[in-house]
Amino acid sequence: MNRSIVQLKGISKNYGTLEAIKEIDLDIFKGEFFSIIGPSGCGKTTLLRVLAGFEIPDSGSLYIENINMQNVPPNKRSINMVFQSYALFPHMNVLDNVAFGLRVDGVARDEQSRRVKSMLSLVKLSGLENRLPHQLSGGQLQRVALARALIKKPQVLLLDEPLSALDAKLRNEMRQELIRLQKNLGITFILITHDQQEALSMADRIAVMNDGAIQQVASPSDLYEFPSNKFVADFIGSINFIGCQLSEKDGDVFKVITRISKDAFTVEGNNSLRIGQDCWLGIRPEKINFEDADVVNPNHNKLSGVVKNITYFGQASMYHVEVTGEKTATINVMENHSKRSSGTTNEVGDSVVLCWSTDSTSLFTS
Amino acid sequence: MTLCCTIVFLYAPIIVLVIFSFNDSRRNVTWHGFTFKYYEKALQNNNLIEAFFNSLSIAFFNTLFSLILGTLTALLLWRFRFSYKSVYEGIILIPIIIPEICIGIALLVFFKLCGWPNDLPWPLNLSKITCAHILFSFPFVAVIIRARLATFNLAQEEAALDLGANHKQIFKNILFPHLKSALVVSSLLAFTLSLDDFVITFFMSGPETTTVPLKIYSMVRFSVTPEVNAASTILLLITIALAAIAIWIQRSWVQEVEKP
Repeated sequence: MNRSIVQLKGISKNYGTLEAIKEIDLDIFKGEFFSIIGPSGCGKTTLLRVLAGFEIPDSGSLYIENINMQNVPPNKRSINMVFQSYALFPHMNVLDNVAFGLRVDGVARDEQSRRVKSMLSLVKLSGLENRLPHQLSGGQLQRVALARALIKKPQVLLLDEPLSALDAKLRNEMRQELIRLQKNLGITFILITHDQQEALSMADRIAVMNDGAIQQVASPSDLYEFPSNKFVADFIGSINFIGCQLSEKDGDVFKVITRISKDAFTVEGNNSLRIGQDCWLGIRPEKINFEDADVVNPNHNKLSGVVKNITYFGQASMYHVEVTGEKTATINVMENHSKRSSGTTNEVGDSVVLCWSTDSTSLFTS
Repeated sequence: MTLCCTIVFLYAPIIVLVIFSFNDSRRNVTWHGFTFKYYEKALQNNNLIEAFFNSLSIAFFNTLFSLILGTLTALLLWRFRFSYKSVYEGIILIPIIIPEICIGIALLVFFKLCGWPNDLPWPLNLSKITCAHILFSFPFVAVIIRARLATFNLAQEEAALDLGANHKQIFKNILFPHLKSALVVSSLLAFTLSLDDFVITFFMSGPETTTVPLKIYSMVRFSVTPEVNAASTILLLITIALAAIAIWIQRSWVQEVEKP
């Protein structure tokens, strides 16, 4: 059983009439790489500031290591933070920036220099001790900010969009670096980001937030394969939605009819939908095949349409197919180029039949 | 062309003043040859030396108190929200725009009314002039410090707090270093404002408490000798030197640390 290190119980925070976060319950386990993602304005930054102690929640309680943090100010919490803007002290060199947390705690001089030295070598900054922040590159600034936050050996490290200021190549490098540091140090990392790639590639578990509430907490693959609602399905990866109505229900097998063209589809999975209820059928683009491309299982769902547009991505192509009878719906189909057994490809204007297996779709309430 | 004209227009009188401070003549109208005589004379004029020390003392105490009052005001305006804050912000800036002559007369009446004693021992005999100088100096300090505080990245304060610093440590290690250049610049400004002030000082001074600008003025009333020019040139040099230091500090300290 995983031991919780951070527990939020019914945490709410309002700014005037705006509810930034609403009744949040969340358990974060010791030693995990946790990520909180959501679109901007979803309350993730407020949540992070509540954890750090910069915001006092209006209601609910926060426990860190089973201690209630209600009256504990930020400077007394065993949590450290890497700020989005890094917030390095511009008049201090790298050494003084990193040593700051130890210095204000009155740690002995020789222990200070020993720990700073090993921390700088851990984040690969040895030799830059005397540089001022304005003499460093973006990646180096990032490392200084990391070292400064990690030197006090916090129970939890908060990272507020730490990679957003870096270019793509450096960002990739720092992702690997962060994973390495987290595994080496065994510290719980809580990463805030709006970038789903970042969260999916780094985190052990992810909480998806929207509108001040947590939508789902799951591992990256569960989040992608089994999104709990339409927002999560839409936010993580890309997905096609078709408006449907539930017509039959037999255990875990559901039959739905599309709202406009009245096509019937079969869906397998768990659901609490009632018969006659409106719902959305969600299908990931890569789960859809062209009927002529492969041997097709007769039990597969089928939908015919016309290819309207093709976007080439190198290893794969995205086909935008306008569904016959359902003028407004465009279905995106991702096709891996190596997947195709026959040599034929679809062109713009071709009539195609799309098919997918009954267990590769999900139903969501409207 | 414009450049030349403006420079001539601005500085020709001052250059003439400086040149004629070396003039070897009693009557300071025509050039009679080069001499340092009047500098020696000025430096041996006991009344002038006394006025110079008065000026320095006043400027020193003015700087000290303006700096404290101005910094506290700026911190108050920066950190706290209170009702009628903008009104208060405007009110403290008014001494900058009120005509000096009005402040001078107002203070004269005020000190009369509250019966401020005149025959106090040094340095308290300068207290009236010093108070008057603080009145018009500290708003300048407040404005400069306030502007500097506006560029402070609040995330730095949060970062320091997050790393375990208390408020005293944050002020000492984070905020003070950020304000250092502004503190030096504003203290130099307060010092020169005090050193150069004539109008307000004129109303506050007594026979024992004269300052350099007042002393030079009284010397001119007898005769315009090169000694007056020499004394003025010295005052000018001190002022320019202080201003130059202020500008240099502003440039080098601030820019070195805070490139974007």
